[in-house]
Amino acid sequence: MASAAQRRIKSISYAKYGYMFIAPFFLVYCFFQIWPLIYTFILSFKGNQANNAAWVGFDNYSTILFGQGMAQGSAATSAEFFKALGNTFILWFGNFIPQILLSLLLAVWFTDAKVKLPGKGFFKVVMYMPNIITAASVAALYVNLFGDSKYYFVNATLMNMGMADPIHFVADPVISKIMVMFIQTWLWFGNTMIMLMSGIMGINPSLFEAADIDGANSRQVFFKITLPLLQPIMVYTLVTSMIGGLQMFDIPYLYHNGANFSKELETVAVFIYFNFNKGTVEQASYGYAGAASIIIFAITAILGSITFYMNRDKDEIAQKKQRKRAEKQYKAKMKKGGLTL
Amino acid sequence: MSMKSQYGEPKDNYHFKIVLKSTLIFIVCLLLALICLVPIYILVVNSTHESMDLARDPSKFWFGTHLGSNLKTLMNHLGDDATTVMKRVAKQYSSAFNVGQGYLNSLIIAGSTTILTVFFSAMTAYGLTVYDFKLRSPAYTFIIAVMMIPVQVSSAGFVRFMYSLGLINNFIPLIVPAIAAPAVIFFMRSYMKSSFPLDIVEASRIDGCGEFRTFLTIAIPMMKPAIAVQAIFAFVANWNNYYTQNMILKNEKMTTIPIMVSKVLSFDKNLDYGVNYLCITLSILPIVIVYFILSKFIIAGVALGGVKE
Repeated sequence: MASAAQRRIKSISYAKYGYMFIAPFFLVYCFFQIWPLIYTFILSFKGNQANNAAWVGFDNYSTILFGQGMAQGSAATSAEFFKALGNTFILWFGNFIPQILLSLLLAVWFTDAKVKLPGKGFFKVVMYMPNIITAASVAALYVNLFGDSKYYFVNATLMNMGMADPIHFVADPVISKIMVMFIQTWLWFGNTMIMLMSGIMGINPSLFEAADIDGANSRQVFFKITLPLLQPIMVYTLVTSMIGGLQMFDIPYLYHNGANFSKELETVAVFIYFNFNKGTVEQASYGYAGAASIIIFAITAILGSITFYMNRDKDEIAQKKQRKRAEKQYKAKMKKGGLTL
Repeated sequence: MSMKSQYGEPKDNYHFKIVLKSTLIFIVCLLLALICLVPIYILVVNSTHESMDLARDPSKFWFGTHLGSNLKTLMNHLGDDATTVMKRVAKQYSSAFNVGQGYLNSLIIAGSTTILTVFFSAMTAYGLTVYDFKLRSPAYTFIIAVMMIPVQVSSAGFVRFMYSLGLINNFIPLIVPAIAAPAVIFFMRSYMKSSFPLDIVEASRIDGCGEFRTFLTIAIPMMKPAIAVQAIFAFVANWNNYYTQNMILKNEKMTTIPIMVSKVLSFDKNLDYGVNYLCITLSILPIVIVYFILSKFIIAGVALGGVKE
């Protein structure tokens, strides 16, 4: 028979502390994130500007997706949204491809044991640096360096070297896009490089040694060993970069001359921001902003679930499976045992 | 002809190849490092030149002597001999870019969000690792699932909600949400799983230590490396956050450094090129200094974030 003390110990449950420790997170998250998300969803079914209290059903969605809403200028809103979506993908694609290629190349070089590279630490520190600088300041810096007239550094330097007319780095629709891609690459390649480096360093070094002994050249090592084993981290980088690309705001929003915003650089995030951040509630278009947000949310959810699937704790899942199998076996055994008895 | 003369000493050949490759890589890296550093260098150089001089020839590669006068213009401390135009320029810049106020506001926001983020994330991670309760795994799944939701998606509802609560022009909507940082929790939980022995909790229970005290006096000191890394990232992210701050803070007195930079950027007339550059320099100076002091930690932290279990 168990003593009184033993019985008491058995009844102590620490579960309530678990709930207490995670409660602040969930309270704050629900109040500041979940409810605003639901509220955005509700707003996407409500009217815009003066009509903001009225329930309009799917009108905002049909305006944005098909340009067939009831409000005037519905087709223009739709065109603007799709232009913004197109810009977002162009700008994202144009910075992701050079960024991943450059980062991969640098990561392979930096982790290659055969290459004697002095100042490796310095290079890493310098290449990561752009990533920590305020994005607003980066946009301001590039506008001030690459301004459209001869009064700005780059054009002045080029004209000193004999160029006739200044290049419109900021106002030109195509060049400004290329500039934004360049700035985004400039900001992020160091970060991606360090992530990929840690991925490569996680690969079993004996694989590289074996390849070396077998006489594989560096191209073969890269395509047959590094790249296939780096796949999970590459997918992770791809998806986080895609989701980050959908949020691209600071640089495209601030990269313009004077007070006039450049429509050629409008991304989805900027579209949403413009619609809800217009003076008072009566002047803002919360309905359009809400509908566009929910569309982006749907895209993000699909992308996010891919990463979630890739990021699962594989050991834990294997353990769970094993436990279930053992349970089943045990049950089956008991059943069998019961039958024979 | 012997093999030797045709191909050279095999060992030399190998050595030469490696030296060649290393040199090429070094040159490419040097170029990239220059691309990273030169814009910052030109920025700092140009903030030491006078506007008139920059308008005549903006192509400056070495420091000038007008840092002091640019600072005076920015602070609106002009002498009596200043022209009306100069005064107008000084007024425009000093009202849009109030350095002291900006640093203070940014510091309040970034500092308090950092403390809240690391403390509550460590607490949530501790709760998820140490205790066994029914909703533990659903709670963790939820945290991973929401990790990827971008702020933009809920910002329309967030701003409207803050309007209805009367929290526009208030630091609360920028600071309190920092308590809930799913990505930081994810990082801290992985760290605890790998380097926090649960026996310690048992031992402290036997010694009669309360649950919360165990967390404060035993778990937090043991999690110092993870906390330090996440604190740096939280501080940088909040110092640089333009999007949310710009939505919430409309009042002149409450603006932070990124908002001030965007204001200076939107000036159409009365431009002073030197002061323009100076504003940007001042906006990135603290973060760059902190970065070069802590760069070792930061690089290690990024690398840790890249390793997925």
